[in-house]
Amino acid sequence: MQNLFLTIALAPLVGSILAGLFGKQIGRTASHWVTISGVAVSCALSFYVMKLFLIDGMASYNESVYTWLVSDGIKFEVGFLVDKLTAIMLVVVTFVSLMVHIYTIGYMKDDPGYQRFFSYIALFTFSMLMLVMANNFMQLFFGWEAVGLVSYLLIGFWYTRDTAIFANLKAFLVNRVGDFGFLLGIAAVLMYTGSLDYATVFAKIPGLTETTMQIFPGVDWSVITVMGILLFVGAMGKSAQVPLHVWLPDSMEGPTPISALIHAATMVTAGIFMVARMSPIYEFTTTALTFILFIGAVTALFMGFLGLIQNDIKRVVAYSTLSQLGYMTVALGASAYSAAIFHLMTHAFFKALLFLGAGAVIIAMHHEQDMRKMGGLRKYMPITYITSLIGSLALIGFPGFAGFFSKDTIIEAVHLSTTLDHATWVHTFAYYAILAGVFITALYSFRMFFLVFHGKERMDDHTREHLHECSAVVTVPLILLAIPSVVAGYFLGDVVFGDYFGDAIMFSESKNVIGMLGEDYHGIVGFIQHGIMGPAFWLALAGLFTAWFIYMKRPDIADTAKQKLGFLHKLLDNKYYMDDLYIKGFAAGGRLLGKGLWKQGDVNVIDGLMVNGSAAVINWFAGVARVVQTGHLYHYAFAMILGLLGLLSWFILGA
Amino acid sequence: MLRSLSCNGVVMTNSFTIPDFVLASPEIFLLSMACLVLVADLFISEKNRVLTYVLAQLSLLGTLILTIYVAPAEATYTFSGTYVSDPMGTLLKTAIYFITASVFLYSRSYLMDRDIFKGEYYVLGLFGVLGMMIMVSAHNFLTIYLGLELLSLSLYAMVAFHKESMQASEAAMKYFILGAIASGMLLYGMSMFYGATGTLDLGELATAIQGKESNDIVLIFGLVFVIVGLAFKLGAVPFHMWVPDVYHGAPTSVTMFISSAPKIAGFALFMRLLAEGMADMHAGWQDMLVILSVLSLAVGNIIALAQTNLKRMLAYSTISHVGFILLGILAGTTDGYSASMFYIITYAATAMAAFALIIILSKRGSEADELDNLKGLSKRSPWIAFMMLLLMFSMTGVPPTVGFYAKLLVLQAIVNIDMVWLAIVAVGFSVIGAFYYLRVIKMMFFDEADSVEPLEVSAEMNVMFSANSLAVLFVGLFPGALMAVCIAALA
Repeated sequence: MQNLFLTIALAPLVGSILAGLFGKQIGRTASHWVTISGVAVSCALSFYVMKLFLIDGMASYNESVYTWLVSDGIKFEVGFLVDKLTAIMLVVVTFVSLMVHIYTIGYMKDDPGYQRFFSYIALFTFSMLMLVMANNFMQLFFGWEAVGLVSYLLIGFWYTRDTAIFANLKAFLVNRVGDFGFLLGIAAVLMYTGSLDYATVFAKIPGLTETTMQIFPGVDWSVITVMGILLFVGAMGKSAQVPLHVWLPDSMEGPTPISALIHAATMVTAGIFMVARMSPIYEFTTTALTFILFIGAVTALFMGFLGLIQNDIKRVVAYSTLSQLGYMTVALGASAYSAAIFHLMTHAFFKALLFLGAGAVIIAMHHEQDMRKMGGLRKYMPITYITSLIGSLALIGFPGFAGFFSKDTIIEAVHLSTTLDHATWVHTFAYYAILAGVFITALYSFRMFFLVFHGKERMDDHTREHLHECSAVVTVPLILLAIPSVVAGYFLGDVVFGDYFGDAIMFSESKNVIGMLGEDYHGIVGFIQHGIMGPAFWLALAGLFTAWFIYMKRPDIADTAKQKLGFLHKLLDNKYYMDDLYIKGFAAGGRLLGKGLWKQGDVNVIDGLMVNGSAAVINWFAGVARVVQTGHLYHYAFAMILGLLGLLSWFILGA
Repeated sequence: MLRSLSCNGVVMTNSFTIPDFVLASPEIFLLSMACLVLVADLFISEKNRVLTYVLAQLSLLGTLILTIYVAPAEATYTFSGTYVSDPMGTLLKTAIYFITASVFLYSRSYLMDRDIFKGEYYVLGLFGVLGMMIMVSAHNFLTIYLGLELLSLSLYAMVAFHKESMQASEAAMKYFILGAIASGMLLYGMSMFYGATGTLDLGELATAIQGKESNDIVLIFGLVFVIVGLAFKLGAVPFHMWVPDVYHGAPTSVTMFISSAPKIAGFALFMRLLAEGMADMHAGWQDMLVILSVLSLAVGNIIALAQTNLKRMLAYSTISHVGFILLGILAGTTDGYSASMFYIITYAATAMAAFALIIILSKRGSEADELDNLKGLSKRSPWIAFMMLLLMFSMTGVPPTVGFYAKLLVLQAIVNIDMVWLAIVAVGFSVIGAFYYLRVIKMMFFDEADSVEPLEVSAEMNVMFSANSLAVLFVGLFPGALMAVCIAALA
């Protein structure tokens, strides 16, 4: 069993090392073969693990593989915890990764950094697998940082572009803020439970409910709340929640395959996975959950607005990712962990599909990403058109498509949570925010869809002449991803409402919204019927219709609205001025402070006064002292006599 | 540790004692050889002068073989106790032979280039070695003085060897006069000990001191004078004034000699006089050595910063290293003595190589002893520059070169006798000293050269210099063997 899990994690690493270190020697084709084989092995074994759980009824696996070091009784280990939560992540990660690997053959065809790219994405797959299979916080943190590193490398993959370098630095720095909180959270866990092992920590959490700590004198905070919020700060960075979301739109500077893999399907969901994994901690802290709920709701709604005004095809998808991550976070905040994970899964499929579809369009358009220069692509790219339609319908939650089931469950769960004892205004706000979000989602999704595939052909003649459907390595992954984008939703009953997760996710009775929803669940058909009655469906339809009306029927409305609502457009165009706040406020302020300390502290005091000052004094003294060496014999003799007298008087008088 | 008054190896008869000549056979052999070389040189024509050189090297080789062959396992005395042969003596002598032989080798081309490739250089060198051997084996005030003067007189003459050089003559004159003053002081100090104890023999002196008051004014007086004499020979501050001028003024091959082998003999003097003869006055001479050591470290390291001439810089560097060697001696423990011995032997080899670089850089008719001559050396000869880098690292005390290990041992000895402050002072001044060594490296590797013509190095010099420098690295990596020898020599 251990070998099985080791193989899953290490196969992509082997591929990565081969392609990365020996890419030049083995060539381009061999590079993509070794990495794809590695990931394919992982993928096949992941499905096998899933089968072991579902059909053979295997119990959870939790073993340490290797003890790295023991310090003061604290073990630092590499170990695997594989339960059904892990299994679902394994399948999602390796499947999407495999699709992206194949797709990359087409997308990066002419890129000189071909081998490097394959090495990176295989390395990413390894890191992500280590993250989801971890059975302790140290390994979790390793995976967490490793995926962050690869993300950094890939955003800056085209490192000669200034914008790419800016974007990857931004991603790195913003994630540092989140990781700082995450690390503090792990430190808090270690401090109060004395262990990094999940099982040990979770066993001790119920005993800490009454423990408080004082971060500011005089204010007692529940230890579990502090842990929960600090760990979630890490998730905010990694899963791009407001206000640490600013890096994700810029990360679109990276090649499209990694936008699909890392910045939509897998890495950014690591935060969601982590919170779900930590449900035995979060279930004991309503405060932290409410905080999570609020952050998620804000992200879901306000990031959706930004998608409305983007013209870059990838950025629209990026903002929709932000918004969907907000939905998952909201689900976590409402204790609907299984709904969050379910949405994570469906989202991984349809968002990867949308990204790869956008990538296919970008290839066909010769790396033109501006939607204002597209239009009418439907007849040139039929496969891309169909699959993108499936993806968009899944995204807006059209009944029957995967997104419908997962998103509706979240909305229902949050709705239900507003009626519970601990409900506050945040729950109500969250409910209306994600409801409004449905309309917005439909609006921007189909705005993009219509602008790209329908309407007038706005590209130049040269581009139009070369327009054609992409090769099979591009379209096959699209088709393969389109399938789960539809059917993944039909597992709703099993995964969410059934007893799928078992003890992998913990619920406290008072917050068990999913359990309560499950009582009313009577199969897929009933769920769809119920969904069509609900407001979410009609909002989605309204959004779809609005998009059609504005962008197909009356394009002048968009311009009029832009002029009439100038201030609003400006606000959205500037992304609520948050980038400005960070860059001109924090970053510039930090640089100013650093420059001040450097000039005053380092240059003047430390370098100037202490280092160079003492050197100057010694140098001056050396200059003076060498004058003693006059070259005159009698001076030398005199010095000897003086030395003799000195020694004599010292010892005779001193004795 | 001190011998009893019985004299091993001395055959007692009623009226006359025949000393054991075998123990002193290396000295006797070398004396004969030196005389032989002197005479033979008269009959060797100018173009065959290299024969003299070969003879001199053979003399050293023979002396080495004899020394090892007759070396006793433990201290053995002869000539009525005025001469001792012991493991420490054997080790120090061996080191002296090796270093002298290397100096001879390095010197050859230098002397030839300056038309002073004369037999006298080697004869004087051999007599100097004889003086050092006597110093190392001396066990009586008189033999000590005898050896010291034999060495000194040879060195005075060697400094003045380049007759046409005004600088050399001036340096020789200064050296001679100051050396005479120092010798006078040493003799004066010895006479006081004689007055107080009635003996010239170091063994008897040790016994005689045992009963004396520790603050006996005559003994302290004598001690101060003896130490002044010794400090002068080693070049400790404030009796160091001759060092820069002589190092600078003397021909480089002579400077190389002065800076290496005689330091080992000087160390032997400290050991014989202080550690063996005056062990019971340890408290007194420890304080004096502390003063001399701190002053040497300070003055040596600081004034070296202001030097523009490589030979003068190395002179001050020597002074600072003498400070370190004194640290080990003043510890007064076997650890300290062996650390100092390790230090002095490795330092002598390192310093010799550093001067060899000047010889390598020098061309016929010009000395390359200014720091500026080192600029851009790495472009002219990367290998030689790298070797010099090893030497400078060693002098600074950068691991893994031997200099690091030597300093570490000495500092350990000091810390072990609870004089941590002294160790801190020593390290502090070493940090200052690091500057001028690193400046040499910076000049070699980062400064632009005035001329970029590749450096021409003869194969002989290249091999010798490389072996010498690599040894500095090698012994630094594997210091165990040499350290074991040093400890065994003092056991």
